[in-house]
Amino acid sequence: MTPHPINPFNHDIPAPETPMVNVNFNGSWIQIPKGTNVVEVTRQQDSFLPHYCYHPKLSISGNCRMCLFEMGTPRMDAERKPVVGADGNPEIAWIPRPQIGCATTVTEGMGIRTESPMAVECRKGVMEFLLINHPLDCPICDQAGECKLQEFSTEYGNGYSRFVENKVKKPKNVDLGKNIVLDDERCILCSRCVRFAKEVVQDDVLGFVQRGSLNTLTAHPGKRFDNPYSLNTVDICPVGALTSKDFRFKMRVWFLKETKSISTWDGTGSNIIIGSRENKIYRITPRENEEVNSCWMPDEARFEFHACQDEKRFQQPLAKVKDDFFPSSWTDILPRVAQELTKYKGSEIAILASAKQTNEELFLLRSLAHTLGVTLMDIKPRVQEGDRFLISQDGNPNSQGAELLGVSQKGKKLPEIAEGIDSGKIKALISITEDAVDCGINEAALKKLSFHVHIGTQPNKANQNAAFILASAGFGETRGSMINVKGRLQRLNKAIACPGHAQEDWEILRDLKSAVGGGNGLHTIEDVFRAMSQTVPSLAGLSLSKIGDLGLQLNGTVSILSPREIKPVSVTA
Amino acid sequence: MAAPQRRLIFKHIDAPGYTNDIDCYIKHGGYDDLKKSITMEPTAIKDEVKKSQLRGRGGAGFSCGMKWSFIDAKKVTKPIYLICNADESEPGTFKDRQIIHKDPHQLIEGMIISCFANSVKLAYLYIRGEFPEGAKILERAIEEARAKNFIGKNILGTGYELEIYIHRGAGAYICGEETGLIESLEGKRAYPRIKPPYFPAVLGLYMCPTIVNNVETLCNVKHVINMGGEAFAKIGTPNNTGTRVLCVSGDVNKPGYYEFECGSLTMGELINDVCGGIRNGRKLKAVIPGGSSAKVLRAGEKFKLKQKGADGAMVDKEITLEDIPVDFDSFAAVGTMAGSGGVIVMDDSRDMVECLANISEFYAHESCGQCTPCREGSLWMKKITHRMAHGQARKEDSALLKNVADNIAGRTICAFGEACSWPVQSFLAKFPEEFQAKANKDEELVLGK
Repeated sequence: MTPHPINPFNHDIPAPETPMVNVNFNGSWIQIPKGTNVVEVTRQQDSFLPHYCYHPKLSISGNCRMCLFEMGTPRMDAERKPVVGADGNPEIAWIPRPQIGCATTVTEGMGIRTESPMAVECRKGVMEFLLINHPLDCPICDQAGECKLQEFSTEYGNGYSRFVENKVKKPKNVDLGKNIVLDDERCILCSRCVRFAKEVVQDDVLGFVQRGSLNTLTAHPGKRFDNPYSLNTVDICPVGALTSKDFRFKMRVWFLKETKSISTWDGTGSNIIIGSRENKIYRITPRENEEVNSCWMPDEARFEFHACQDEKRFQQPLAKVKDDFFPSSWTDILPRVAQELTKYKGSEIAILASAKQTNEELFLLRSLAHTLGVTLMDIKPRVQEGDRFLISQDGNPNSQGAELLGVSQKGKKLPEIAEGIDSGKIKALISITEDAVDCGINEAALKKLSFHVHIGTQPNKANQNAAFILASAGFGETRGSMINVKGRLQRLNKAIACPGHAQEDWEILRDLKSAVGGGNGLHTIEDVFRAMSQTVPSLAGLSLSKIGDLGLQLNGTVSILSPREIKPVSVTA
Repeated sequence: MAAPQRRLIFKHIDAPGYTNDIDCYIKHGGYDDLKKSITMEPTAIKDEVKKSQLRGRGGAGFSCGMKWSFIDAKKVTKPIYLICNADESEPGTFKDRQIIHKDPHQLIEGMIISCFANSVKLAYLYIRGEFPEGAKILERAIEEARAKNFIGKNILGTGYELEIYIHRGAGAYICGEETGLIESLEGKRAYPRIKPPYFPAVLGLYMCPTIVNNVETLCNVKHVINMGGEAFAKIGTPNNTGTRVLCVSGDVNKPGYYEFECGSLTMGELINDVCGGIRNGRKLKAVIPGGSSAKVLRAGEKFKLKQKGADGAMVDKEITLEDIPVDFDSFAAVGTMAGSGGVIVMDDSRDMVECLANISEFYAHESCGQCTPCREGSLWMKKITHRMAHGQARKEDSALLKNVADNIAGRTICAFGEACSWPVQSFLAKFPEEFQAKANKDEELVLGK
């Protein structure tokens, strides 16, 4: 595993060719790469050393003292040679003073006891200290359910309090930045957020003021914690001190169903977990993938699901009668669309596709185009200001896929489509997801079209002119795959169902394709991927399940589905 | 009768007519030792310091020669820094202040010699914020020394260059902890660093090898050079060499600072002969021998001390508080420490619970709050002791207080954990009946608002 360049530290990834050392871990001798810290050693041994301030991607702070353990060094004789015990193993001299696991790295012959009476007693002591001034407002705290204080206190807490004094009062409901609210009383001063801001995003605005038990986390006077990655601090905050304005008080986390997927907000394709309940998405959090986004993601990418919670979402397919749209059914509408489309010659039809679509959708679209004989199609490019961290310059999540599948001309064909429609050469338009007006086709030109069908989720400037609207899936409502800017094939999973009678895009395209050109034997999304892998050489031998949760890197130059008009492109960025 | 004072560091301090300017200092032989040492090999100076067995006067009593030997100037590629720790903040300690105010050039000379010995070209003098006058005096002293070419480029024509900068703290006890001091000097919050890996000798100021020495220690270096390491080692007792400046405060008739050869007098002699006995004819109750963080000693308590018998063999001798020789090892042997030399004497009118509440309040106020046990525990101990001292003690409070202290000591980033818990542990162990008495009033606990 190669460390992600965004991270200044990667304590969990040993440098290549690190020599191994022998370590006595809770009684058994094991081999561990030299220099691994004891928290990571414990993790590698399928055990766990509780900690708050330690984070594998941040500098070692050593302040929470929760990971105290009992350490030993090889016992030396008078000639400074290790003493070998009766069992043939080196004897260990145990140090009476506990050490912190995060800042202690393993050396040859070291002894580690994480569950000895001393280690457990230390943790119990720290646990009590952390709780005495903590508000214990779990019933109204967003962190409840995923709170490290709660978790470790079930194991190391007392179940009663010896603290009869008044608790320390600190600021509450502090507006720290655009997306973040801070509760200083809940803060355990682990400094993870301070270190994240300073070390990962280099926006060093957080810090502590006051002293001792009155220590208070705050932003630098006159500064706001407003960087594009601020919400990552909410993820790494072990308690409920930093909360997301977007998510707080919305849902108890234990009700959330977690779906592994990827972000479609930009070309990075950050790996995410979608948290949903009863068919509604509540939040998006990053999922660790060293090859893509490590354990972080941009704030804006967490909000993309809101667009799909629009009240104006299409709930069923719509057909226009005179000037108004009326609800229809799929069985009724698709044959009518097919019938309309087959009236035109391939050269009279243009397809406005989108690089926000999955590979499967693009493949089916390409196949539909082939059946109709359409060659004029393109996507809307989205160039945005990227940064040196995780925000890509490509605002489309699947530009590589759209090119690979021969749908994208990187927007070069958009003027030709606009001109064709304006001149009357193009009589029919299939638009998917994108707003045709935003693609340079003005509303006057659109009125000249004899036929326009739109596959999408919400009303836009152009689709009011369409004859049919096919209600499709929004974020988190579909399965499929995409290829990010670095040529990594990744999987989207379905967290919630489409609203009403809306269908996933690939289902619509599959059925439209069969309505136009007869059955194609594709029933499931796996079928679609299989068909695609048999046609696209660079996907050969793959299936959706083989992609795995962390995706696959595609390598080499790949030839495109149909050689007509399209030259081979390299998928590897 | 107590041995007479032996003033080495304080030789000129308070002497009639002695002023703190450089002319007076030079008139009394000042900077001669610098002139001598700057012709020596740096390693030879380090050897003399090692031979002198000089121990640090800041509190821990760590061997100065050993500390210097951690850095090998020949192998180090980074700059080496020396920092004079003048953040004298330990309650009961007021020796460095006297040196700074009354004999600043002694410190400057000691610093220059120490810097030369360790190939240091840039040194800092970190002085606590509460010493504004001291900082001014030192600024002037450095300017005077620069004018005489003792500081600056090409010192005394040898080609050696040194700059000393004064940095004033902002009023935090924790800045006396050497890694906290370094952080503060770097312009950060004085959060002590974790050790490992940030040992000052390896990753100190600006991640460079750094030596941090106390004011009195650096002054002693001058005298080591003056008389030679072996002669210095003859002062005091083996492993407790040189003199010790004792700052006596509390319930004695003549509080103040006194300088004696290490081990040349006992606590009883110090209190009764030197300091004129307990005030108002009262009786001695307790002594904190090395600044408020040192463990308290109770009058009438019996201690075991290993002493050389008539036949030369070591024998255990039972002694009382008054018999303890004033040196590093004896205090360690009776379970406390010589610390910073701040001797706090308490007479039998003192309420030990109130005394402890006072000490705990100081430590709760000064905890930097970086690591959990000290941050939460120090304030908790303050709250418990204050509650006990104010008529709201409960029977279980003594045990609770001890357990809280036990959960801090040894589990923190820096020695502050011990500093705040040792008084609690020792007061509870030595005066348990006073803490119990507070609880025996059968009063309901009333919580404040």
